[in-house]
Amino acid sequence: MKEMQKEAKDVSHYGEFGGQYIPETLMNELKNVANAYNKYKDDPDFLKELHDLLNNYANRPSLLYYADKMTKDLGGAKIYLKREDLNHTGAHKINNVIGQALIAKRMGKTRLIAETGAGQHGVATATIAALFGMKCEIFMGKVDTDRQKLNVYRMQLLGAKVHPITSGSMVLKDAVNAALQNWASRIDDTFYVLGSAVGPYPFPEMVHDFQSVISKESKAQILEAEGRLPDAVVACVGGGSNAIGSFAEYIDDKDVELIGCEAAGKGVDTDQTAATIERGSVGIFHGMKSLFLQNDDGQIDQVYSISAGLDYPGVGPEHARLAELKRAKYVGITDDEAVNAFEYIAKTEGIIAAIESCHALAYVMKLAPTMSKDKIIICTVSGRGDKDVASIAKYRGVDIDE
Amino acid sequence: MSNLKEVFANKKAFIPFVVADDPDIETTVANVLTLAQNGADIVELGIPFSDPVADGPVIQKADLRAFKADVNTNVVFEIVEKIRQKSSVPIVFLTYLNIPFKYGYDKFCQRCQELDISGLVIPDAPIEEQCELKPYAEKYGVDLIPLIAPTSADRIEKIAQSATGFIYVVSSLGVTGVRDELAIQQLSETIERIKKVTDVPAAIGFGIHSSEQAGKLATIADGIIIGSAVVQIVADGGDVQKNLGEYALSIKDAISVKA
Ligand SMILES: Cc1ncc(COP(=O)(O)O)c(C=O)c1O
Repeated sequence: MKEMQKEAKDVSHYGEFGGQYIPETLMNELKNVANAYNKYKDDPDFLKELHDLLNNYANRPSLLYYADKMTKDLGGAKIYLKREDLNHTGAHKINNVIGQALIAKRMGKTRLIAETGAGQHGVATATIAALFGMKCEIFMGKVDTDRQKLNVYRMQLLGAKVHPITSGSMVLKDAVNAALQNWASRIDDTFYVLGSAVGPYPFPEMVHDFQSVISKESKAQILEAEGRLPDAVVACVGGGSNAIGSFAEYIDDKDVELIGCEAAGKGVDTDQTAATIERGSVGIFHGMKSLFLQNDDGQIDQVYSISAGLDYPGVGPEHARLAELKRAKYVGITDDEAVNAFEYIAKTEGIIAAIESCHALAYVMKLAPTMSKDKIIICTVSGRGDKDVASIAKYRGVDIDE
Repeated sequence: MSNLKEVFANKKAFIPFVVADDPDIETTVANVLTLAQNGADIVELGIPFSDPVADGPVIQKADLRAFKADVNTNVVFEIVEKIRQKSSVPIVFLTYLNIPFKYGYDKFCQRCQELDISGLVIPDAPIEEQCELKPYAEKYGVDLIPLIAPTSADRIEKIAQSATGFIYVVSSLGVTGVRDELAIQQLSETIERIKKVTDVPAAIGFGIHSSEQAGKLATIADGIIIGSAVVQIVADGGDVQKNLGEYALSIKDAISVKA
């Protein structure tokens, strides 16, 4: 948002949020990454290679699909689905990984590391590392390696080493800790491909830019299909990468409502939740000042969601700012609501969507009927749900052999 | 500004580290007093954080033991109060920025002054991000002790120039923990560069455990910080006071000969 940048302290902040709260060991390397990013982001050769990979390898542009049956069934606004699930590797994560890996390559790095929650970012990173002939190591909480076994094996097939992290609550935040530690111990040959719109500058900005391909496309696609902008854009929010990518091109279009769906777990008012924006407070963690679920002493909470990709106690600094400015609205969706949406979208549209994405779909199921038929909603389906089939079956008490 | 600089006058300072409330309040108080009586010139007291990204496994485990004992920021202040009834040994806190941030920078630094805490070491607050905390630290005379890493390169002078108290020179890449190989050559170059721009003392830490290492490093630095090795003695149990005392004396002895 142009207006937002103007009032910002500097490029590394979004209002009071953002910054580079990171050990001294990494400060020069962050500067190197920022310099490289700023050097290449408008470079014609870089952009050519980026777009070539996005289009010819990752299967972009992704479809903007009119969900006719869902629209009729819900009886309100027209629903369009931005199908990031159809990307190569099955989620939006590949958009960002291709971008960051191209920067890494230009910096002369030969080893990529990444954290992952659901495994989608890990799979995307392992995929591009294989394609680029780079070494790859992935950090993933032990709880997540257990509930996303399929993705663990996919990463291994792609030649990556997966480290199950047993410290802390053994989920995404602990994987980020481990990846940061590994990076600090080995910056010479290593690039940390951060998978969400979080962390120290320049990561939130890079991730924003590389994911904004989602809304660049959707804007052109909806203008083509409907001749006008949507009334609402809905996306799920873990750290906030698919959401910021889905929102980016509409932030200055004040009539487009932007809605981020957080994981409420067992409920926003329970302690089994990951609804950071609704329940969190300002804090400093993982390199950024932002909103976090934490106790009064500033100890970061162990959060909970059925979705490994949304199971994170923080949110990207730009979302914290958009929430503060009330430019975007953030709502909590419970496990139950997400699982219902998982089944609904499968039966209604024949799409098995990631449980993360189903948090956004669940909100659309509530929102669409309240809007008139001439209104338009775009909902981002951030990933496909094959990885979740086993755990949803378990949630429903069905025993299937994996 | 605190009186930390004076601690380094005419001697090499020994700066051991213990995690507050590991494994309980009384033991921490006893450990700090034992270290102070056996050669520690400054004690670094860690306020545990849920996600200590700059710390290795030994200190992470100590943090977990402290959390088991229900540590929180006020408990740590209570521990210092108890220490202060018996000792005026200079103390600095090591913690992560979110702890003072949530406590309130003003209130936190005021408590530090009341308890005669000389300085703060905050690994996730590089100098660029200290600007919000700094006015309060200065108001209450608490030094913000900066870290200089092997990767600091062109940042060394800038960091050194703005330092008060002492400078924490990180001996190796990555997290805290016991290491055998230390790049002495690079370290002495770093310290030379520091000395050119400031007379604030420079202490070396991260990965030091043996008295032999400490002795060697004391020839190039003004002080030696020992973290994981001290925390491990606490973790090993047995007669912790005796073991800590002997260890502290051996380090103090090793670094004093060079002074
Ligand atoms: C399919 C999918 N959607 C969403 C997310 C959440 O991440 P973000 O909020 O960065 O888009 C993940 C993360 O693993 C994911 O795999």
